[in-house]
Amino acid sequence: MDFFKRETQIDFMAHRVRAALITVGFIVLAVAVLFFRGLDFGLDFTGGTLVEVGYPQAVDLAEVRQTLESAGFDQAVVQTFGTARDVLIRLPSDVGAGDAVSNEILGVLRAAEPNAELRRVEFVGPQVGAELAEKGGLALLYALGGILIYVAFRFEYRFAIGAVAAVAHDVVITLGIYALIGMTFDLTVLAALLAVIGYSLNDTIVVFDRVRENFVRVRKGSSIELVNRSINQMLPRTLVTSLTTLLVLIALFVLGGELIRGFALALIIGVVVGTYSSIYVAGSAALALGVSREDLVPPVKEGEDLEEETP
Amino acid sequence: MINKNPLWRYLLLVLVVAGGAIYALPNLFGQDAALQISSADGTAPTPATQGEVLALLDSLEIDVKAVEATDSHVLVRLDQASDQAVAADELAVALGRDYTVALNLAAATPAWLRSLGGQPMYLGLDLRGGVHFLMQVDVDAVTTQAIERYGNEMSRSLRQSSIAHQVGDDATATAFSLVFEGADARDAAEAQITPEYPELVFEQVEVNGQPALSIAISEDELREIRNFAVEQNIITLRNRVNELGVAEPVIQRQGADRIVVQLPGVQDTARAKEIIGATATLEFRMVDEANFPYRGRPGDIPPPGTELFPERQGGYVLLERQIIITGDAITDAQSGIDTQTGRAEVNIRLSGAGGNVMNRVTGGRVGDHMAVLFKETEIQARRVNDEIVREQVQVEEVINIARIQEQLGSRFRITGLDNPMEARNLALLLRAGSLAAPVQIIEERTIGPSLGQENINQGMAAVGVAFLLVILFMVMYYRVFGLIANLALLLNLVLIMAVLSMLQATLTLPGIAGIVLTVGMAVDANVLIYERIREELRSGSSAQKAIEAGYGKALSTIADANVTTLIAAVVLFAFGTGPVKGFAVTLSIGIVSSMFTAIFGTRVVVNAIYGSRRGAKLAI
Repeated sequence: MDFFKRETQIDFMAHRVRAALITVGFIVLAVAVLFFRGLDFGLDFTGGTLVEVGYPQAVDLAEVRQTLESAGFDQAVVQTFGTARDVLIRLPSDVGAGDAVSNEILGVLRAAEPNAELRRVEFVGPQVGAELAEKGGLALLYALGGILIYVAFRFEYRFAIGAVAAVAHDVVITLGIYALIGMTFDLTVLAALLAVIGYSLNDTIVVFDRVRENFVRVRKGSSIELVNRSINQMLPRTLVTSLTTLLVLIALFVLGGELIRGFALALIIGVVVGTYSSIYVAGSAALALGVSREDLVPPVKEGEDLEEETP
Repeated sequence: MINKNPLWRYLLLVLVVAGGAIYALPNLFGQDAALQISSADGTAPTPATQGEVLALLDSLEIDVKAVEATDSHVLVRLDQASDQAVAADELAVALGRDYTVALNLAAATPAWLRSLGGQPMYLGLDLRGGVHFLMQVDVDAVTTQAIERYGNEMSRSLRQSSIAHQVGDDATATAFSLVFEGADARDAAEAQITPEYPELVFEQVEVNGQPALSIAISEDELREIRNFAVEQNIITLRNRVNELGVAEPVIQRQGADRIVVQLPGVQDTARAKEIIGATATLEFRMVDEANFPYRGRPGDIPPPGTELFPERQGGYVLLERQIIITGDAITDAQSGIDTQTGRAEVNIRLSGAGGNVMNRVTGGRVGDHMAVLFKETEIQARRVNDEIVREQVQVEEVINIARIQEQLGSRFRITGLDNPMEARNLALLLRAGSLAAPVQIIEERTIGPSLGQENINQGMAAVGVAFLLVILFMVMYYRVFGLIANLALLLNLVLIMAVLSMLQATLTLPGIAGIVLTVGMAVDANVLIYERIREELRSGSSAQKAIEAGYGKALSTIADANVTTLIAAVVLFAFGTGPVKGFAVTLSIGIVSSMFTAIFGTRVVVNAIYGSRRGAKLAI
């Protein structure tokens, strides 16, 4: 089976101005959503107490809320988690620390339903929460920085800027979508975001690699033509890899359980956005910055036959 | 022919496959329900005790699968997991407080695999259930107390030499000041105090126009105080956690002043915290010389002004009611060897105030005996109405009696101990009972066992289905080459498992997600190669040239792509905590092993199939 019997000839770069406008539009939108709506930060970053309680049968959330309120936990956020038998209770950190609260909550709920089972307790002190948030942000910045340096070293600084622009684009859009649908942003989602960086970069590098190869190998044709041709040549690979990765992520999303669902979703968004960005954002950015054949002096490469080829 | 495999390639591949298979194998054997029995002093029970244990289990008709002894404990594997709880309770009652009995799930790895160092992956708390605490040691509380102590000591010393002064009201956690009426007084004071406190930094300053001495704890001393506070808390926590009877607890220092405690399998966080929080205390008291050694019975009424306590080594001793000093006066206790006699000893350091008291009391009583009384709460199992209950009991016992050889001060030693082991234990107990810096739990995560099992099941299901989907797609899309890529993928999974098992890195739920993601991304290398081969074929290359070019030209692309992802993974590992770290570990391992399997591994197989066929048609 082969979706691409011959090389596609899509003129991606012809639409690059329009694509750039749309991209910028989406980024502005994402930033606006992030700004006005904000991310629903999870316990890891806000601090507080989280209690997950399992019931033998479906339970009425209103009742649980009522029970908690009458016990004095009127700040408790109650929601189902995965199934209707699983209830997640979140409390801000100023209500009290860890076990005292969780034991009390379990006591109160058990009084109403003796078979309630404590499945999970998480308590994060406010100071730890702030630290985790800081470390997470730093990790993101360092990852981008490290990548920038590597790509600049392996390719050229304009490619590095293009790659980082593509990656930053993916992060912002993914965050924006996360804010839009109001999913909880916690440490696992942050890990997913960093994986998105890795993945999207992978995609971008693969395209850049072919651009570089074509610049060196093919003597005719403008930069735009060559970038176009490179993207077309890599299109089967880009789509096949995205497809296999998506297959896997969908399996995770559906089967991996509630704890991993947010992680899988962030990656699914990231892979889709990343595939787009490695075509338009990375390529366009490098072109806009004026990448040309002269910038890529033939790198010392083993087994590279410099054959003349007419495009 | 260009696509022939030299022999070494086959050998390397076979070697890696065999190695990977062997070290991944332990994960298939599951676990035995087991009991882990260790004695209170941290050594393995004697063969006699082991015999007792087996006899008891036999009488309860509990079938034992195997017994293994290590330096620190004895592991009794049971045939039936359902017997575990009963067996543990019965043993706890029968063995008494000299032993702890912990429930354990021991890997059922066969002996021949274990002799090769094979062991299953180490599952994180989110997969096996348990409690995770992150504790902050309040070092400021310790230094504040030290500052207060220094202030009092210096004041006393200056009063004795009639130097008028005041303790300034600007004390912080690490510094304070003494204010004087004149510069002469200050100079005199400085000359008098400075030599006594090499650990402090003195500086002449002015406070509200008056000459003053600013006194701060030096950086080195602060570091030492912090280290001591944290180390001491870790020792105390270890002792406490042993009480809980937890198999494989993790107690580690994290950063400058934090401690991570992980208790797999513990569900009752409230009880766990109560026990962890309970501190031992200790007291130095004089022995009642009139009744030493004690000849009465335990139930006898002690003479006025004295109290009867059991000795740890057996027997009883009468102590005076008056307490000389308590454990919080101890600032350090280290075991060592007496250079003159060659016998084990313990060197003890007291705070200045504690040293003064010790000096005053022991001055008139050289030749008498002094005892160290240790008090702590313990969990004990006992039978009440045929039911076994575990309860907290306050235990008081005398851990050491020594003759006072001379007037003691803030530094003294207990000599003539029987062996270095005893000295180490005594030093440990002295430290455990000394002033502990308060700790505060700043992060807690508890995962119920059912949720842990659910996480494993869901994770495995996701891995399985994801793997199947990718395999199907690859075979449909790349036919024989897809099949080869699938073999590589399978090998990749085996290698990840093998490396995780060998490193004993913790596998967490995000870690499983990392593996799943690697499955998706590992095929990328093959996709790159295969698409390149197709391109070459389209442009008219022969099959052999296309294979050669496909692998050759895709190599640098794959390397670039993987190195950048690896950068992201390494940053994740460096900055990540908990779930992020687990994900980074499996992702990194997966990237590296996929480079091997997807490039080298598939090439060997492709060469073996197509390499010797001139004009072969590639099923790609």
